[in-house]
Amino acid sequence: MSAMKTNQEFLAELPRLARPEIPYTTLNLGPTHPATHGIFQNVLQMDGERIVHAEQTIGYIHRAFEKIAERRPFYQITPLTDRLNYCSAPINNMGWHLTVEKLLGIKTPKRVDYMRVMVMELARVADHIICNSILGVDTGALTGFTYVYQWREFIYEIYEEICGARLTTNMGRIGGFERDFNDIVFEKTRRFLREFPPVWQEFEDLLLRNRIFMDRTMETGAITAERALNYGMTGPNLRACGLDYDLRVHEPYCSYEDFDFQIPIGTTGDTYDRFVVRNEEIRQSLSIIQQALQRIESMEKVFHAEEEHYYLPPKQEVYRNMEALIYHFKIIMGEIDPPVGEVYHAVEGANGELGFYLVSDGGRTPFRLHFRRPCFIYYQAFPEMVRGQLLSDAIVVMSSLNVIAGELDA
Amino acid sequence: MEDNKAGHIERVLRNATGLECSVIQDAYGMFCMELPVNQIYATLLALYRDPELGFNFLTDLCGMHDPDKRGKELCVVYHVQSMTRRERLRIKAFASEDQPEFPSITGIYATANWMERETYDFYGIRFLGHPDLRRILNMDEMVDFPMRREFPLEDPLREDKADYQFGR
Amino acid sequence: MGSEIKMSNAPEGLAGQGFFATTLDAAVGLARKNSLWPLPFATSCCGIEFMSTMSAHYDLARFGSERLSFTPRQADLLMVMGTIAKKMGPVLRQVYEQMAEPKWVLAVGACASSGGIFDTYSVLQGIDRIIPVDVYVPGCPPRPEQIIEGVMRIQDLVGRESVRRRNSEEYRKLMESYYVK
Ligand code: SF4
Repeated sequence: MSAMKTNQEFLAELPRLARPEIPYTTLNLGPTHPATHGIFQNVLQMDGERIVHAEQTIGYIHRAFEKIAERRPFYQITPLTDRLNYCSAPINNMGWHLTVEKLLGIKTPKRVDYMRVMVMELARVADHIICNSILGVDTGALTGFTYVYQWREFIYEIYEEICGARLTTNMGRIGGFERDFNDIVFEKTRRFLREFPPVWQEFEDLLLRNRIFMDRTMETGAITAERALNYGMTGPNLRACGLDYDLRVHEPYCSYEDFDFQIPIGTTGDTYDRFVVRNEEIRQSLSIIQQALQRIESMEKVFHAEEEHYYLPPKQEVYRNMEALIYHFKIIMGEIDPPVGEVYHAVEGANGELGFYLVSDGGRTPFRLHFRRPCFIYYQAFPEMVRGQLLSDAIVVMSSLNVIAGELDA
Repeated sequence: MEDNKAGHIERVLRNATGLECSVIQDAYGMFCMELPVNQIYATLLALYRDPELGFNFLTDLCGMHDPDKRGKELCVVYHVQSMTRRERLRIKAFASEDQPEFPSITGIYATANWMERETYDFYGIRFLGHPDLRRILNMDEMVDFPMRREFPLEDPLREDKADYQFGR
Repeated sequence: MGSEIKMSNAPEGLAGQGFFATTLDAAVGLARKNSLWPLPFATSCCGIEFMSTMSAHYDLARFGSERLSFTPRQADLLMVMGTIAKKMGPVLRQVYEQMAEPKWVLAVGACASSGGIFDTYSVLQGIDRIIPVDVYVPGCPPRPEQIIEGVMRIQDLVGRESVRRRNSEEYRKLMESYYVK
């Protein structure tokens, strides 16, 4: 704590750029600023072009997720989780299902775990594609974005084959998936693994040693690992500071321990490091997808746990068979009592530890559901990260932090 | 072995703060502890400082409201985590609706700032010593605390959900 | 593959040697509808689908909306995508008021149209409670194709609109009913 300077101390040390008799300029950035991709408001105190202090206002798309979740049975909460970090909705879905399974004590077959891993890693790639290419846009390189965004579209196509939706996927069931992956999924994923890396390489080459890009991103928005921990940062942003905390390794869930991959870390925690860490994570994710794909294909085709009380009966049964219809109704309406208990389960979301704290009192809805939303937590560090930097850096830093409004405001 | 771990945490805390506490491990492997409100700060500080336990990461802080528990309606749940030992600890503390006051832990964790503001916003729990306790997600003009049980979820201004449309 | 460049058809009119006569409304409508400058007011998930719409795959630029106008003063079409919370309401309204006439509003997604799945105390139940809306696009989120369809419906409206509409008594009443200055 002692290492942290108060704002007054910081200001006293800061040599004034503008003439000292001129007071600091107040600049309102947002809430709808084109460069901030979403609804973030910052009231900046500026000394010339340098930021002295930033004050954030959030809550512009507060949607009361936690309140809704207290009134919805478990299956109806999955669509809510989609809308947390909508850039990588499947991770949220899986995280939620894993939490419920932990509460209920459901053990899923290995193949289901691998299928989930594959989907989650695809989502991570999709998320990092957006984050990094937008970082390119913010530093003035729009071309890269239009180029790699095509591949995000391609991932959408894979999602569509799996669950029928593109963005807000509502994917999977408690206990597994609603149906097995079809051949197109495998074929498309393989094509993705084959054709995406060269494209990404090209994108990376465009920026990685690019003088403009490096000048813009290096040493902007740096934060030390110690401060990052104190701010509760997780995910790529923490790893860019040099701390190898990754839940996939740290507390393996969903059989991540069966996979062979590395956790990339940075050193200085600046924007450039965050960019590089995300780039490397994409590579690692691709390797995980590859491994998962092989295992899924070679295993016996099970895609859900035998769990009649929570796993929804197949749709064709529901339409024909009364028994199945009744079960479907009961499960969806939450007429089956879950055990009493409290669980905290966290997954490695695309931008940090996404935790679900679920308290069940045995009723049809959760008694309390709290989402640990990584964005909400680490966005607090933003004023400290941009202090003393240029206005244009603030935009780049915010973009590289990957703050997603839906997750920020819950 | 597992019991020893819980016992170990108890011992460390007793040595550091001089206060009694009991730690249990729940069915999901999480260490749990219930504390009176006035011990929160000392305990979290002791946990933060102890190099051996290393509970120096505040994962989560949230509130809870249970109107049925007389005198203990409001609850704040802290999740702290030890990255080195790969353990998590859940600490709960209760307060009554009449005096919803907790010590702020922003002095220990910078990240607690917004989490406490959010909890204040949702439940009206006042964190004493917080540098800037304002609403964060809802509008400043709001007077109620929306996550309390008695607060309705639905928007009251919607006409298409009026009672007569459901035959009520 | 030969290129398939599509031109928009000339409006109905009287053509002869070296001249073409049509109504002013039709000519202006034609020009306006093919050069809409959208202002993307993207708040949440639907905004990501808008990104897809704008990027190479779906390419909204094909409809004359190449240039995103981030300042409301130069925009013709306000595209509201995503949840608008009550806290955001005044901001949206201000943006609308800042836009110069003629202006159109497209509500993309269930949230913007009606509050969507968020029937909660904090979410505005449809932006039409604070500003007039021309076209609603359903879906949560709508597919990019749907968003494009929405833009095309706006184009239809724009093409058919009389140049004098914005001066009419009816229009003034509409604005008054929303308390828009
Ligand atoms: S309509 Fe659906 S996808 Fe669009 S902003 Fe609302 S919740 Fe998100």
